[in-house]
Amino acid sequence: MIRISDLVISYRTGRGTINAVDGLSIGIPDGCIVGVAGESGCGKSTLMKAVYGDIVSPMSLTGGSIDYGFSDRNGKPVTSATVTRQWFRTLSYIPQSSMNSLNPVIRIREQFIDFPGIDSNKKRVLEQAREYIQKLGLPVEAIDSYPHQLSGGMRQRMMIALATFFQPQLIIADEPTTALDVVVQKEILLLLMELQEQMGNSILIVSHDMGVHYQVTKRMLIMYAAKAVEYGDTDSVFNKPLHPYTRMLIGSLPTIGDDRARHGIPGSPPSLWGDLHGCRFADRCPLATERCRNEEPPLVEHKPEHFAACHFAGQELTKMEGGKWQ
Amino acid sequence: MTSEKVSASEMVAGSHKNDVGWTKSILWLFNLRLSIGLIILLVMGLGSFILPNFAPADPSVQGTYTRYLPPSAEHFFGTNALGQDIFWFVVESVRNSLTLGVVVAFGVVIISTTVGLGAGYIGGRFERITMLFVDTFITIPLLPVLIILGALIRGNTSFLVVGVIIILFGWAWNARTVRSMALTLREREFINMARFSGSNTAEIILREVFPYVAAYTLVGFINTILFAINTEAALAVIGLSKIEVPTLGSIIFWALNYNALFTGHYGWLVAPIVATIALFLGLFLTSTGFNAAFAERRGVQ
Amino acid sequence: MAVILKTQDLNKVYRLGGFIRGTRIQALDNVNLSVESDRPVIIAVVGESGSGKTTLAKTLLRLEIPTSGSATVYDKLVAGKGAEHLHKSFLRLVQPIFQNPFEAFSRYRPVDSYLRETAIRVAGHDPSQAQDAVANALESVGLEYRDVVGKYTNQFSGGELQRVSVARALIPEPSLIIADEPVSMIDASRRMIIINLFRKLRDEAGRSFLYITHDLATAYYISDFIAVMKKGKVVEFGEAQKVMSDPQHDYTKLLLDSIPTIRSRWRTRSAA
Repeated sequence: MIRISDLVISYRTGRGTINAVDGLSIGIPDGCIVGVAGESGCGKSTLMKAVYGDIVSPMSLTGGSIDYGFSDRNGKPVTSATVTRQWFRTLSYIPQSSMNSLNPVIRIREQFIDFPGIDSNKKRVLEQAREYIQKLGLPVEAIDSYPHQLSGGMRQRMMIALATFFQPQLIIADEPTTALDVVVQKEILLLLMELQEQMGNSILIVSHDMGVHYQVTKRMLIMYAAKAVEYGDTDSVFNKPLHPYTRMLIGSLPTIGDDRARHGIPGSPPSLWGDLHGCRFADRCPLATERCRNEEPPLVEHKPEHFAACHFAGQELTKMEGGKWQ
Repeated sequence: MTSEKVSASEMVAGSHKNDVGWTKSILWLFNLRLSIGLIILLVMGLGSFILPNFAPADPSVQGTYTRYLPPSAEHFFGTNALGQDIFWFVVESVRNSLTLGVVVAFGVVIISTTVGLGAGYIGGRFERITMLFVDTFITIPLLPVLIILGALIRGNTSFLVVGVIIILFGWAWNARTVRSMALTLREREFINMARFSGSNTAEIILREVFPYVAAYTLVGFINTILFAINTEAALAVIGLSKIEVPTLGSIIFWALNYNALFTGHYGWLVAPIVATIALFLGLFLTSTGFNAAFAERRGVQ
Repeated sequence: MAVILKTQDLNKVYRLGGFIRGTRIQALDNVNLSVESDRPVIIAVVGESGSGKTTLAKTLLRLEIPTSGSATVYDKLVAGKGAEHLHKSFLRLVQPIFQNPFEAFSRYRPVDSYLRETAIRVAGHDPSQAQDAVANALESVGLEYRDVVGKYTNQFSGGELQRVSVARALIPEPSLIIADEPVSMIDASRRMIIINLFRKLRDEAGRSFLYITHDLATAYYISDFIAVMKKGKVVEFGEAQKVMSDPQHDYTKLLLDSIPTIRSRWRTRSAA
């Protein structure tokens, strides 16, 4: 279980400091695919960076902690300070753009050999790599190619191969299929799910596509303005969302075959520079009261394993009228 | 790619939503480097233009004073072999060099920006012909040609002609850079938006493309001043400019001619060198200061 | 019935590389579309990257010149031999909405200056009446004139800017508004505001739209007709409901099957 407690990640700029993640506490169970969703600026990418250990100035961890729950090769527990040494060993990363992550001027096999494996025999590592990528549906010659010679889908499979080769405990995938065609996306997502089943690791996946979350994840975290507003089993979150934001978000997604009216959420998230107090969603929330504007709702377990940060969690939103939430 | 894929700096910048326009205050421009550069330039510029009004005599006239007087209260750097007060001579030469530099810079910037933007944006055959022209000028080596020209017309040319020659050989390189900037700008969506709003080509070049090139133009302007002063000084030192006119280069020419170094009259040589270095430092700091300010601004946005 | 959009053997070939070893890319391959209707319609063109949908949009906007073939909007020539480059009459016929709202306007100009210019130059309004035209257009997209005037791109959100784009496109009262991936760079929670706006403008202002997208769900939601493109060819075309519920072409079926929906799962997940 990966425990994130009261995590605060700040950015220091010429204008002052803002908290891109402002006090987040969740637990990620082992062997679980967890999705993180939210609008731009909600902090999900920053959260990924923090969990991955990619915290460089002007970003800094100014509060809370991440307890990884697994140990490195020497049996010592991994912490935020030591996690960078675990990259591609016990935890790895699948980026959005494979072209930006694979060295374009060397053959892919060089990158496999470059890896911090235990085995110093490079030949043996390469043999294992060749076998491995075939399991992922890649032709064995792919490893001897240059990145530009492969299609986008094949490159992303290669990234997954690199990321999972050393059987990590945690994989962080930041929009892994956004750049891919929808047909290829399905293949990649199915592959990811299959691998996860076999290896039993945890995956943290960020995507703007709620459909992807629904298909792939077991638990969902919804973030809003640097805060966690809902966290629970995917089925629960999609079918019985507790937080008004989640409700409205899911209610705005059109689906083929469903002819009901869909409406976007008017307004925009509050600026993290501003004076933030009370519930950050209050300005756009149809249920907001004075209490909401003054008192920030804590992330509380309203139903078993289903958390929400709302004073009126689970309350029905009243009828839509003329395109406006009442 | 969606707007969700927002990096930290973008998120921070996005909060600038509440800024008033893009010129909310000119204060973002002035970093330390730029400030120092501008102060030096201001002092030297104003000084060189105002002070000559107080000169006791025309510094370029020879034989005004006794030769080789040592530095004193009356003559801050002493006098030189031609009986001129060194200090006032240096002040006047700073003025002349600076004037030449600014005039040349104007000429170069106007020509190169017009040609570069026109070629880059209009494209097609117009661009190809123009760039052929530009490339020809770029490949002509400046100094050898100037030396030959100088030798041919030694001393018989006016100061202005020297300036024009420097413009002629200085505009091409900038034009090429501006053109490549225009090429990338041409592909941007707001250009199409302007066309669908009814703008014609000239308006697009001026209102849409130019503002994006303006920062580069400003830095280029200052660099060209440096380039012009430098080139003129180089010519003067070898005696190919109008050496009667006081410029930083011509002082050094005369000083070398009269072996100031060996006769121990260091003031004659040191003064112009110090002035040159100060001027160049001012220009350099200003140019890189602007560059840094713009880069920071771009980075945030 | 009016022929709102018609393309005839529209082809666009790009040559990359030199004469001897260059490659050809057939971006549009004999595209023949014909959309007829009495009322204004929303036509969706869906496909993946490389399908040619963006090239089609650019060709209809005269930002690209077709290699062969022609296209008409309400029987007026839009692309092909004889179509003049961005002539004023064309600008009153067809207007664009671009994908990236922040790139659609110059950073150095207040966004309303584009609207004003469109009102005067394209729609032919008197300068004294231009402000009214702009205010009306903004109102129809749900924005107040005083909230927009004098502001620059960095003072708006993506959704607001895109609405400003839509307002600008409305001013000359064009017969067809071509929107190239208008919501793909907008947050999911706010996309429907723009999508619903298109529908409203079709019904209340009588504007037809050509909606280019890779998102089948939104295409299904608002369009009357859908064209599915693959590698430059139109593989399926018809009324939206029919194409989506009863696709004929294998590729359409494949696309529909691959969309991650929130209604049913591809496979059951293992218990964790």
